[in-house]
Amino acid sequence: MQTATPIIEFAHVNKWYGQFHVLRDIDLSVARGERIVICGPSGSGKSTLIRCINRLEEHQEGVLRVDGVELTDDLKAIEAIRRQVGMVFQQFNLFPHLTVLENLTLAPMWVGRIPKREADERAMQQLVRVKIAEQAAKYPLQLSGGQQQRVAIARALCLTPKIMLFDEPTSALDPEMIKEVLDVMIELANQGITMLCVTHEMGFARSVADRVIFMDQGQIVEQNTPAEFFGNPKSERTRDFLSKILAH
Amino acid sequence: MSAVGEVFQLIPPRAPPVATEGVLPWLRRNLFSDLWNTLGTLLVLALLATYLPPLFEWAAWNAVARPDNAACRALEHTGACWGVVGEKYRLILFGRYPYAEQWRPLVATALMIALLAASCYRPFWKRWLIALWIVVLAVFFVLMFGGAFGLTFVETARWGGLPLTIMLSTLGLVTAFPLSVLVALGRRSRMPGIRTLCVLYVELIRGVPLISVLFMASFMFPLFMPAGMTIDVLLRVQVGISLFSAAYLAEVVRGGLQALPRGQVEAAQSLGLSYWQTTRKVVLPQALRLVVPAIMNTFIGTFKDTSLVTIVSLYDLTGALQLALGDSDWRKFFLEGQLFVAAIYFVCCFAMSRYSRWIERHLNTGTRRN
Repeated sequence: MQTATPIIEFAHVNKWYGQFHVLRDIDLSVARGERIVICGPSGSGKSTLIRCINRLEEHQEGVLRVDGVELTDDLKAIEAIRRQVGMVFQQFNLFPHLTVLENLTLAPMWVGRIPKREADERAMQQLVRVKIAEQAAKYPLQLSGGQQQRVAIARALCLTPKIMLFDEPTSALDPEMIKEVLDVMIELANQGITMLCVTHEMGFARSVADRVIFMDQGQIVEQNTPAEFFGNPKSERTRDFLSKILAH
Repeated sequence: MSAVGEVFQLIPPRAPPVATEGVLPWLRRNLFSDLWNTLGTLLVLALLATYLPPLFEWAAWNAVARPDNAACRALEHTGACWGVVGEKYRLILFGRYPYAEQWRPLVATALMIALLAASCYRPFWKRWLIALWIVVLAVFFVLMFGGAFGLTFVETARWGGLPLTIMLSTLGLVTAFPLSVLVALGRRSRMPGIRTLCVLYVELIRGVPLISVLFMASFMFPLFMPAGMTIDVLLRVQVGISLFSAAYLAEVVRGGLQALPRGQVEAAQSLGLSYWQTTRKVVLPQALRLVVPAIMNTFIGTFKDTSLVTIVSLYDLTGALQLALGDSDWRKFFLEGQLFVAAIYFVCCFAMSRYSRWIERHLNTGTRRN
């Protein structure tokens, strides 16, 4: 899997919220097409880590490169990178004042400068892909949580990103709806897109991930293939965490 | 309820045991639901029975509608003298604008009101509406000023009445609104210079009464102008009203911006939208519809606040009424005159208020669940 140039590269990245040292000396490189699951207790910095990749959070020290471009204060570079990076949020964050279709066409029309007709067409293809095409004319709040999250995935895919970031995509969902979202994510993973996913869905991690990363207190504690990670965790901290989340 | 192990059976829905619709149930529920409610209802009915008939007698039964001064005086205030309106309506509505030329403010104001009404209709919110506004404003000022197309020149000092009220409030709000949005955004800016400037502006303007702003615009401002340079007092007052309302509106808009979940901006940013694209397409459409009632509140306030321009010798609707009541023959009937002007204000404000409710419902299509 590991090819010459990593698509994402963290080198000694540090970040603070005020006095709180949230990311500590992160070193991580992600290969093209790699699928990574990040887990860890709340407050361990896993969301912050992936939010640094599209600069929703700024790191203060170290070097972070995405698709060969270093993330700095250069707004144009950041906007260019954001076009390559799709993101799916825990709270969906669909635009409630726009229809499902308009949610999907907003960025292609305004960022991608694609004519409306073509943007509509592409959006419908994405909606078919997440199996929700019949809801195109509805408003997000008229949909169930699972449907909203699938729309959010389709929206992130509309700019054909190279990287997809998932920030606890199933944590706000009713148990009955988790599967429909995971199914879409598994299908996406099988198509070879680079994926970083913060989640506690360990079944998903086992079946899809190339690598599982465990974070605690702003550091990467352990990373390994799913088989090794779950079957033979190296550190005491990981074993403790796994025993808690796999117990139920 | 089913006992343990029993097979589930669906209970079909049935009608409620007591009728809940119709006039009688409504009366019972709303007016006579318990002792106190019943007492309250009876008290209100008694008050209406006491005060409505005399009011009706004064306002309609005994009233004189003709502009007949002798008949009005003969009433000895037992009835309303609506004749004062008939006699003075041109002065009240158009102030000191030359009598023979008053068709010009009439047409200008009618155009402006028609355009305001058209602008309320959402399908018309297109580019051409802005063009139409520019055209109508140009026509408005050509008609009011004259000095072209064979119209005699009329200086701003003679403008007055309803045209002045409509102009001050419409132009005030049309300019204040975009300014307020910029100031509200500026107060949340990451750039300390812009943020400080916006905070200073809002706090300074909100810290003084509108009367002071008008006084400064009218008397103090000219002192700072280079010699020989003058700006029309009406323009200065207009700018004063704009700046004043913008400060209040900015705080209203900021309230809407604060209420928007952070995730909305993050979602837009993660899609690569720039600051202005995010603001225009995601932030403002949501933030502004959240504060429609508060915005309309400020609009109505500004509309009525324009009556303060009388203190700098501009004769808006209320000022023109004072001019009209300067006539000693009719001064006694000031109450009727005031009621007439109040009715004009009420019609405008009520229309604004109803429109606010309507637009709120129409803008909320996406944020309701049904």
